[in-house]
Amino acid sequence: MTAIELHSDPLVIAGEAFRSRLILGTGGAPNLDLLEEALTVSGTEITTVALRRVDPSAPGSLFELLRRTGIRPLPNTAGCFTARDAVRTAQLGREALETDWVKLEVVADERTLLPDPVELLDAAEQLVDDGFVVLAYTNDDPVLARRLEDAGVAAVMPLGSPIGSGMGIRNPYNLAMILEAAGVPVVLDAGIGTASDAARAMELGCDAVLLATAVTRARDPVGMADAMRRAVEAGRLARRAGRIPRRLYAEASTSDEGLADLG
Amino acid sequence: MKVMAMRVTVNGEATDLPAGTSVADLIALLELEPRGIAVAVDGEVVTRRTWGERPLAAGERIEILSIAQGG
Repeated sequence: MTAIELHSDPLVIAGEAFRSRLILGTGGAPNLDLLEEALTVSGTEITTVALRRVDPSAPGSLFELLRRTGIRPLPNTAGCFTARDAVRTAQLGREALETDWVKLEVVADERTLLPDPVELLDAAEQLVDDGFVVLAYTNDDPVLARRLEDAGVAAVMPLGSPIGSGMGIRNPYNLAMILEAAGVPVVLDAGIGTASDAARAMELGCDAVLLATAVTRARDPVGMADAMRRAVEAGRLARRAGRIPRRLYAEASTSDEGLADLG
Repeated sequence: MKVMAMRVTVNGEATDLPAGTSVADLIALLELEPRGIAVAVDGEVVTRRTWGERPLAAGERIEILSIAQGG
């Protein structure tokens, strides 16, 4: 698949097509200038944002940055522990950004930031009923992924490992089960530490990768944004091209035929 | 005639406002750019088009939110 074919291999979520399969979050960037450069270099067409109390003294405007770059903002419900709070926060995000899309995040505790399955499913059902396009951050649990899809979410977004841990994909076996069963896009969300993690997610068959910390807290966020863009593209190309089977022993790529007798 | 004041909470801070202040008035009073902002009063979202028709009452908790960096 050439670069041109890559462009004809769009990521489609809720009927909308995107060329980039990397969703880069805005969280954790040291300043807005670096964030803008990292977003631009990453090629991302969707970026996550949070909702917080307005701070009139904050330098620069994230809102203006997004308008300037044309990157679609995806409001999240980060910091919500209950379905009730997540639904309210999603409604506020819809008001602030005039979008029905939401990254639904309902976590169980501060220490792990792991999704709370019960609250998550409850919130997903309420938001779908309210007309939202829900992209659900979830555990790497095939059953929960199925239940979320049954509830009508537009994408399931299983974690590779806890948010910000950089531990990569801890359960590729569960992820394979999610991918095998899913009828909606699967976005690997959380746990990516470096480029090879992102490439691996795509090689395993994920439709996209969502990451923030791995870029925004890298020593060189712009350099890492470039690496992630290439890793996601490489992983996608490798998945499409088909990897060779793993085998225990060597298999010569050079033929023995015509080998000289030097004895 | 002296305008009666009422005390409300805006983003966690006690604030005195003239009686009859609406959500739209409050946004203007705080000199906030309305785009990219969302408002909840006592936990209920007030949609943008109804900001002008939503008078605030003493004791209400107003949350004014905007987008911030987040993953």
